[in-house]
Amino acid sequence: MSFHPKMAYDATFHRSERKLEDEGPPFVYTPENRARFDELVKRYPPDRRRSAVLPALYLAQSQQGYISANAIRHCAELLGITRADVEDVVSFYTMFYTRPVGKYVVQVCRTLSCALNGAERVTEELVAKLGLEPGTTDPTGTFTLVEVECLGACDRAPVVMVNDAWHECLKPEEAANLIDDLRVRGEAAVSGCHHAVEAGNR
Amino acid sequence: MDPILIKHVREPNAFTLDFYVQHEGYDALKKALAHRPDQIIDMVKASGLRGRGGAGFPTGMKWQFVDKKIEPRYLACNADESEPGTFKDHLLMERNPHLLIEGCAIGCYAIGARIAYIYIRGEFLHVQHVLERAIDEAYARGFLGRNILGSGFDCDVYVHRGAGAYEAGEETALLESLEGKRAQPRNKPPFPALVGLYGKPTAVNNVETLCNVPLIVAKGAEWYAALGPEKNGGPKLYCVSGHVRRPGVYEASMSITLRELIDGYAGGVREGRTLKAVIPGGSSVPILLPSQLDTQASFDAIQKAGSLLGSAAIVVLDDTTCMVWLAENLLHFYRHESCGKCTPCREGTDWLYKILHRIEQGDGQPRDLEVLQNVSGNIAGKTLCAFGDAAVTPVLTTLKHFRHEYEAHITERRCTLPAAWRARQPVGAH
Repeated sequence: MSFHPKMAYDATFHRSERKLEDEGPPFVYTPENRARFDELVKRYPPDRRRSAVLPALYLAQSQQGYISANAIRHCAELLGITRADVEDVVSFYTMFYTRPVGKYVVQVCRTLSCALNGAERVTEELVAKLGLEPGTTDPTGTFTLVEVECLGACDRAPVVMVNDAWHECLKPEEAANLIDDLRVRGEAAVSGCHHAVEAGNR
Repeated sequence: MDPILIKHVREPNAFTLDFYVQHEGYDALKKALAHRPDQIIDMVKASGLRGRGGAGFPTGMKWQFVDKKIEPRYLACNADESEPGTFKDHLLMERNPHLLIEGCAIGCYAIGARIAYIYIRGEFLHVQHVLERAIDEAYARGFLGRNILGSGFDCDVYVHRGAGAYEAGEETALLESLEGKRAQPRNKPPFPALVGLYGKPTAVNNVETLCNVPLIVAKGAEWYAALGPEKNGGPKLYCVSGHVRRPGVYEASMSITLRELIDGYAGGVREGRTLKAVIPGGSSVPILLPSQLDTQASFDAIQKAGSLLGSAAIVVLDDTTCMVWLAENLLHFYRHESCGKCTPCREGTDWLYKILHRIEQGDGQPRDLEVLQNVSGNIAGKTLCAFGDAAVTPVLTTLKHFRHEYEAHITERRCTLPAAWRARQPVGAH
């Protein structure tokens, strides 16, 4: 049934697009990542290795850029859980990518405080500059544009996260410049968090 | 009240162990270790410290409930800071990380835990680096690890990075996530104090809460309680954001009013604008109107005014804000962040968003308002955790105070208050 004549009932749950589709190349940790994994897993009780699934997946993502089915298999073997257990986790958390992403993943915070300060306009400018819809990657694999929910930097709105670094107070009219700057200077173009800067520690 | 928790955050090297020790850092831990654990719990109880994460539950009681007969026990620090509008714990961890580490160590000692996990949200990677370096420093100086300061007490503190899930801020969902599963809440009771991490007794405390503990131990419960009004003692961090001149984290006694915080500390709304409404405690709480601005920003006074202090995330809305848009924006958030465990919330937030979206796009029908009420009523109180109640609050509170805006959208078939800071093109329902 539908509540509305113009709106058909659809059972599509909004997360369903996050399904795993990429088998990926063969995957094992590099020796450095394997050593790091062995360190991390010691933080949890010996019979609770599963607790290390998020750290294990972060390592896989840092090594390969995204989480493939083969990476899931490797993590599952090391953690002693099933592949389904790992995929369950991968498909739940938004920070794991299930397909290759661009060199720079530009994540615009769209939640309230950022939106009140122009985040919707920032997204529009980035869409125009990159010619990309949110959620897609350009053909050269340089940029992925994503809208994300609250990043927890509401006093420096609008905030954009490029890979793992924050760019604070991005005015809509400066959004296109940030893209140009990223092309030239790479991650150095990103402002970082103001706390360390203001205190003179950066 | 002069800042205490964030007194030194603007000074260079405030995050280093040397700086912290020079400013009486870890003295509270030394003092705590000279007492029995139950004396520390009594001290925290006497201080009246209430949890800073949102619920305002007395921390001493929470620690007392931890079942001391079962080993091992755990402390989990909630550093997920995911409530929209909240950014106080980030500042504490990045600029004053040793205060949190000291709070974790004292908390572990009080409840008899040997391991504390700090569950930090994935987007705080730069904060995590600072925190992990501080933890390494604390181990090197013997403030963590084996036989701390010769007391025989062992304590390990680990940082566990989340991966993007609002629901992980709910205490049982946080524990699930720590166990390597989806961040979905558990049925309560049993509460974590009895059955928590790995099924063992666990205290789950917010970052700011644990940062208050060293103050209480160092300076005494009476001093602490006297900093604020009755049952609302201690210093409090307020996050002011939205349409204000100087958004930021401000520390004050809970005797301060919303007006002093917004017009004083944060500089008020911008030139030529007037205040329309205030969200006093993060996106999950009812809005307050300009006429209520003289309300004291304490747990009890804000509750009496019809809202909640929550995580003290004060989002200020000026007269350019369309309230239907506001509800749509927040329901987009809740729809995305619903963990999917309980059907009313999983399905209901999706429908609420779709209805709000079409009203905002000028495609609403008169009966939509009734449907919004109806769907909201079928989510609130019908879910395992408080997410359901939180998610319907933006809808119900805007319908209550700004129903005329909804009606105008529906009769005029357009948004009646399109601000310059909003998107120029209609935003797709994705």
